[in-house]
Amino acid sequence: MPAEKKICLSAVGLTKIFGFGSSKTLAVDHVDMDLYEGEVVSIVGESGSGKTTLAKMLLGLLNPTEGDIYFQGVKRDISSHKKKQEYWKNIQAIFQDPFSSYNIFHKIDAVLLDCIRMRGGGKLPKEKKVELMTEACSFVNLKFAELTNKYPFELSGGQMQRLMIARIFLLKPKILFADEPTSMIDACSRATILDFLMQLRNEIGMTVIFITHDIGLAYYVSDNVFIMEHGKFVERGSADEVILHPKAAYTQRLISDVPKIYEEWDLSTV
Amino acid sequence: MAEVTLEVKELTTKYITRYNEDIYAVDHVSLKVEEGKTLGIAGESGCGKSTLALSLMGYYFAPLHYTSGEIIINGQNITGMDPDHVRKSILGTEIAYIPQSAMNALNPTRKIINFIEDVYQAHDFYVTKKDIYDRARSLFETLGLPAEVLQKYPVELSGGMKQRTVIAVSVLLLPKVLIADEPSSALDVTSQKMVIKMLRQLMENDLISSLIFITHELPLLYNVTDDIMVMYAGQIVEKASAKEAVFDPLHPYSKGLMGSIIVPEQGLRDVKLAAIPGVPPNLKNPPPGCRFAERCSYCRPECRVMSVGLRKVGHEREFRCLYSEEELRKAYLKEANQYAR
Amino acid sequence: MKNTLQRVFHSGKFVIGFCIFTFIVLLAIVYPLFVRAAPLGIIGQGTFFPPGIYVNVYDSIGTTPYTLKLDDAAAKRIASKLSEDDRTAMQEWLVAAGIPEGEIDVTDTKKLLTQWENNYDPKKNIPGMTFAKTRYYQRLNTSLEGILSTEGAIIAAKNPGTGTLEQRDAAQQTDYVNVREVPNVRLLLLGTDNFGRDVTTELVSAIGTSLLIGLVAGLIATTIGLVLGLAAGYIGGRVDDVIMFFTNLFTVIPTFVLLILISFSIGQEKRGPLVIAVVIGLTSWVWTARAVRAQVTSLRNRDHVSLSKLSGHPVALIIFADILPYIASYVMMALILQISTAILAEAALSILGLGPKTTTTATLGLMMQWALIYMAPSLGKWWAYFPVIVVIALISFSLNLMNTGLDQVYNPALRE
Repeated sequence: MPAEKKICLSAVGLTKIFGFGSSKTLAVDHVDMDLYEGEVVSIVGESGSGKTTLAKMLLGLLNPTEGDIYFQGVKRDISSHKKKQEYWKNIQAIFQDPFSSYNIFHKIDAVLLDCIRMRGGGKLPKEKKVELMTEACSFVNLKFAELTNKYPFELSGGQMQRLMIARIFLLKPKILFADEPTSMIDACSRATILDFLMQLRNEIGMTVIFITHDIGLAYYVSDNVFIMEHGKFVERGSADEVILHPKAAYTQRLISDVPKIYEEWDLSTV
Repeated sequence: MAEVTLEVKELTTKYITRYNEDIYAVDHVSLKVEEGKTLGIAGESGCGKSTLALSLMGYYFAPLHYTSGEIIINGQNITGMDPDHVRKSILGTEIAYIPQSAMNALNPTRKIINFIEDVYQAHDFYVTKKDIYDRARSLFETLGLPAEVLQKYPVELSGGMKQRTVIAVSVLLLPKVLIADEPSSALDVTSQKMVIKMLRQLMENDLISSLIFITHELPLLYNVTDDIMVMYAGQIVEKASAKEAVFDPLHPYSKGLMGSIIVPEQGLRDVKLAAIPGVPPNLKNPPPGCRFAERCSYCRPECRVMSVGLRKVGHEREFRCLYSEEELRKAYLKEANQYAR
Repeated sequence: MKNTLQRVFHSGKFVIGFCIFTFIVLLAIVYPLFVRAAPLGIIGQGTFFPPGIYVNVYDSIGTTPYTLKLDDAAAKRIASKLSEDDRTAMQEWLVAAGIPEGEIDVTDTKKLLTQWENNYDPKKNIPGMTFAKTRYYQRLNTSLEGILSTEGAIIAAKNPGTGTLEQRDAAQQTDYVNVREVPNVRLLLLGTDNFGRDVTTELVSAIGTSLLIGLVAGLIATTIGLVLGLAAGYIGGRVDDVIMFFTNLFTVIPTFVLLILISFSIGQEKRGPLVIAVVIGLTSWVWTARAVRAQVTSLRNRDHVSLSKLSGHPVALIIFADILPYIASYVMMALILQISTAILAEAALSILGLGPKTTTTATLGLMMQWALIYMAPSLGKWWAYFPVIVVIALISFSLNLMNTGLDQVYNPALRE
């Protein structure tokens, strides 16, 4: 058991309000959270709960209306483009739809080359770059030699998502946000994606935050779970606690609404 | 011997692409559904289950074309029937089909009751408007839908309510068989549960005799259907009772599929999720032997070349493999023991 | 790229539109290479010469004639002088003069002419006849002289020394000249306009100028629309508000009225075709800006843009590499539409007299204006305005057809 787990990312009173006047929407409502190094966390909520908005604010892609974010104990400052670039060396994301994550006009090599550049390897000789890219691809069981110079539409969904993981392998960020990484992948390939992510976490001690509506996935993969409803956390705790012994009414309803196979699925509660 | 409501014999249908290539999305599929039973069809994207659902209607739109086989509904062989006759007397009255996201079929500019009136009119049923309203209302009440919905416009209803409305309307003319293609995929979990409950009620209240439920979500199938059929690359690879299919699958693909189910239940965290490498074959040129051979961890050389038929196990169970049942179980046991070590 | 081109040229509509448009463009380019006459050169003394082949009479006298004996030559000659209406008019006059109707046979030319010759009296006062009609009969009478004679004509020239007429040549009624041997023959396919200018050459030059105006105006409008749309859509916030404010301003003010006012205030002197093009371009970017902004607003939330941001790409690179290529096809279609609208706008302006200067260039709209001012439609001089209308319609039609074809290529939902 590691001695003192450090907090890598924390949010205090994080709020996001969209629109103004009579059409104001409170997407995220004064959220506090602490993320420890190396842990796997899931933020579970239905659509409209604000989980994606929260993730985008933590990622630095959206400016919060109120609240502060602390990265490694220091208040986060991403006011300039250079500071943003520094921040994003440590925080990355993979998204739900592998098809829309790529620029369809560029070959897939562009994505990997970008990562090498971000890690300061822009001036490396070509062979070294190819070597790095091959290594990254083989981590996710892809052969770079077969994929080089191909366009995104020539790959399958599973391959594209794995390539996104290869990208993370090259970047080695401290924190990874995974927004529904398997919802558009076939059931048979899901485990592969999840396995690679966990392998990465084990190798580089990366913190992984899953954003998902699938409470089963959250249970399978995370150490801790946050349940989000209407912009607020209604329950948080370890996966076993929250899912096997839910306390909040919303959590209980959420779990009872998911079909079960080992236990009796009670249809009368709806 | 229970009455057979739907019987399909060696049905083959194809898509003709714009380059005039034939893609056999449904390849010699046979199935039988009895009165009072539900059949689930499971499979991943591209396996042909949605095409199968469409094909069962006997009503084909280009680029989908019928090739061969028979479809017998309540003893009536509808293969080769005049499409107009099919539309008027078979669709909706003998067999009904709910496509994915069926709620989009509701015309946003008309009330639900008008939609129902159209349905009656399309089948040449001359019933008074009051009669239609009464029937609809009594049906909605039976299924737990509020009667006010009839006077509302689709935009005033939630996604789950719309989907349930469309399902209710599809059984208005009391078809014997209902085919539901992913009826709850686009909904949140609570609405999903309501849709499932409603489908169960349809069976319990004898509004339909048989239900065919198509989805890629296996826990749903387990809770709704009596039998499960697994499809892969246009063919049936396994057919068994729901319990057998989920807890004791025989075909290696079914085994992988069932092994990848994620449910928030005790014990899930200790199990390693199964994964099957590779992708389904391109149906433009299906491989000569077993279509799953490429991805199968038990593949032998003859699997790639010999054509594979369905093996029967007991009365109702079938699976498509060159291995026999004992050989497969032995292989699975061996692997499980390796893992335990 | 190659794949896109293949698909584009597979679309029937695009191909048809493309062919028509290319034909028109090539016409505008190639025709002046062969016909070197000045487009606005006045060649006709007189207004609205009808289309046809014009043979120089003086030269045809000098050309060696061939003798052709054609049976219907005499009848045709008489018929050209004496139409059905003329015969009926003669009959009326004769009846009014007292000849019993039964004796007059309009089909027997000789008899009719004899009767006419014997009875016609220009001074005779027929009750109820208007002055115009009397003049008509007088003209008719004069033209009938010698109509039946089979004598040829004598061609005489003035003797420079003595000043008397001396016979130089004679032209028999059976003399024909081969048009190709006559040195000066001019084909005026569309006749001349009111000033006496060759409509065909003028039209081709007008096509060139109008297309140029359309292209320049279209490019300006699309560029402005693209830049503003990108800025408003991607940057959002205050920038978006300001740009939208201006766009709404331009939407509310009817652009055509704006065009008229600007055109008017520039003054006749400064209004060349390029100036008009710029003015049109500066007032018609609104729709493009709105459309681009809408596209960009939806694109900026896409995952690949987020990923680019996370990879530290600067804003300019993101707009250039991640947004622009996705809207390129849309902008292409917008450009085609803008060109089409610009050509029509120029035509409309010119009809009102607010187009480019009228003395140096011809544009399609100007040709329409001239035809209208000089009353070609009411005079029945269809060649002065009808071809122009057809050309404008074809240009607009072909551009829109290309656009629809492209739309089908890029939007699979529209394919049949």
